[in-house]
Amino acid sequence: MAFVQSRANSWQGALTVVDAPKAMRMGWWYVAEYRLRNLMKWIGAVIAFGIGNPVLYLASIGFGVGALVDRNGPGMGPDGVPYLTFLAPALLATAAIQSTFEEVTFPTMHGLKWENVYYAMTATSVTPNQVAQGVMVVAFLRGLFTTIIYWVVLGIAGAFRGTHALLAVPAAMLAGVSFASVMLMLTLRFIDSQNFLASVGRFIITPLFMFSGTFFPLSSIPAWLQWIGWVSPLWHATDLGRFLMYGKDIPTWLVATHLGYLAVLGTVCFLIAQRLITKKMTQ
Amino acid sequence: MEHAPTDDMIVAQGLTKTYGDFTAVDGIDFTVKRGESFGLLGPNGAGKSTTMRMIACTSQRTSGSLQILNRDTDHHGPWIRAHLGVVPQQDNLDRELTVTENLYIYGRYFGLTKQFINTKIEELLDFAQLGDKRDSKVEALSGGMKRRLTIARALINEPEILMLDEPTTGLDPQARHILWDRLFRLKETGVTLIITTHYMDEAEQLCDRLVVMDKGTFMAEGSPAGLIQKYVSREVIEVRFGSDRNAEAAEHIRDLADRLEILPDRILMYTEDGERDLARVLERGHHPITSLVRRSSLEDVFLRLTGRSLVD
Repeated sequence: MAFVQSRANSWQGALTVVDAPKAMRMGWWYVAEYRLRNLMKWIGAVIAFGIGNPVLYLASIGFGVGALVDRNGPGMGPDGVPYLTFLAPALLATAAIQSTFEEVTFPTMHGLKWENVYYAMTATSVTPNQVAQGVMVVAFLRGLFTTIIYWVVLGIAGAFRGTHALLAVPAAMLAGVSFASVMLMLTLRFIDSQNFLASVGRFIITPLFMFSGTFFPLSSIPAWLQWIGWVSPLWHATDLGRFLMYGKDIPTWLVATHLGYLAVLGTVCFLIAQRLITKKMTQ
Repeated sequence: MEHAPTDDMIVAQGLTKTYGDFTAVDGIDFTVKRGESFGLLGPNGAGKSTTMRMIACTSQRTSGSLQILNRDTDHHGPWIRAHLGVVPQQDNLDRELTVTENLYIYGRYFGLTKQFINTKIEELLDFAQLGDKRDSKVEALSGGMKRRLTIARALINEPEILMLDEPTTGLDPQARHILWDRLFRLKETGVTLIITTHYMDEAEQLCDRLVVMDKGTFMAEGSPAGLIQKYVSREVIEVRFGSDRNAEAAEHIRDLADRLEILPDRILMYTEDGERDLARVLERGHHPITSLVRRSSLEDVFLRLTGRSLVD
């Protein structure tokens, strides 16, 4: 047995082999590394959905509805821009939200409920907080990747006017990360309940998508439905994206509100998520 | 890099863990020295796994003290864990990854370099006899192979202490024997082992020293042979007269044994010479349906100490 024979010489022990301070510092990155490695197994699907989704939306809503809206004449759509340009920041933010959502929910269920792989991580120097951090890092990277693909497709389709088109990406990512924090928190909170993910799809994602000023300005829906937009990261990011991308005329306080709301929501929910995962994993 | 200056790997004093009103671990004291193979033997719910989780720094104690590698587990959890190898009761391998990928990512959690891990993987695949499964996905492995992979994974950082929580529960006899052989090799090379089990044969094979645990406390402590010597006689005669006749027959043969245990299905007679005393039972005209003479085991120690069997 080569292992045992060589042990006497080569076995130095963890006190020598492991650089504990470095391992303790970098735990969040090792978690991210693991998730990225898993993700690479599905990279084909990630790219296919990344391209397929925008193409579908462009074909149906962008071109179909767009033709209807733009019939009023060029520059007569919402905000005085072509419908596709109006729609682009919303679609980008949706793409960011959708991809980060997937990255914080399913892996968390996989890690804590279906297969317990997170418990393998925290048997090492990795802490539960670092697990949450690593998950968020990968959610960010996956969201960014998907959003950039989406952005390229929209660009090819001619959705962008002016020189600030790229600014729609950070606006969208702000929504993606903020919403990912909310979903990570909710997943950890309701991890033991049945049908949690299905309920989220039905009662959170779909209404947000419908009533966040995605396809039409928030002001054109009844006032009693507009609150959905105000709590929705999607609306804040979409409105911010429209401001940054084609200079939609909104007051400075509203720009600050968009930024502040997304930042505070993301930070608070992430801090709560850290507490929840630590509690769950150290009972 | 700090080296452990003493040989005390684990020192627990008055270690206690409560969940609400329930006391899972009730003020236990123990010390484990470098190179020792230390076993926690007890039935389900005895507090073994809770003790293991506190040692593995994934569960905070309620009171008492616990030092591992001379550091307090409450304040140095991640540092301590960086030097442990943990084999949990339930496998938590990533089934979507291959055998080598599972080993690789685990090595990364300890911040080990790619070069170090890749060299180590070859040794570990050899050790775990998984060389021909290296590129198989985990979901294609048998239960015994998964267990061996989990143990191999726990060795990737050359742990100072390897913790095994019921390492062979749920495995068939052949897989258990392969695993025991692997663990025995580790023990021979001087790795400190902490093992929980409810199988006495496992404890006898693998542990230098063990504690019998029940209801959160230690009932007895010693080497397997020492415990048997201290608490039970050398041999046991198991006789069955049929469940309705056992109690009555016991009264007639009680004086032949040092001690008698009447179980629902059989009578255990503790004696120094099983064959001799079984012959005496027969001489008295009592003819059991089946009879068996065997050496005393830790199971008997447990029965003596708690009045209950280890495995229900």
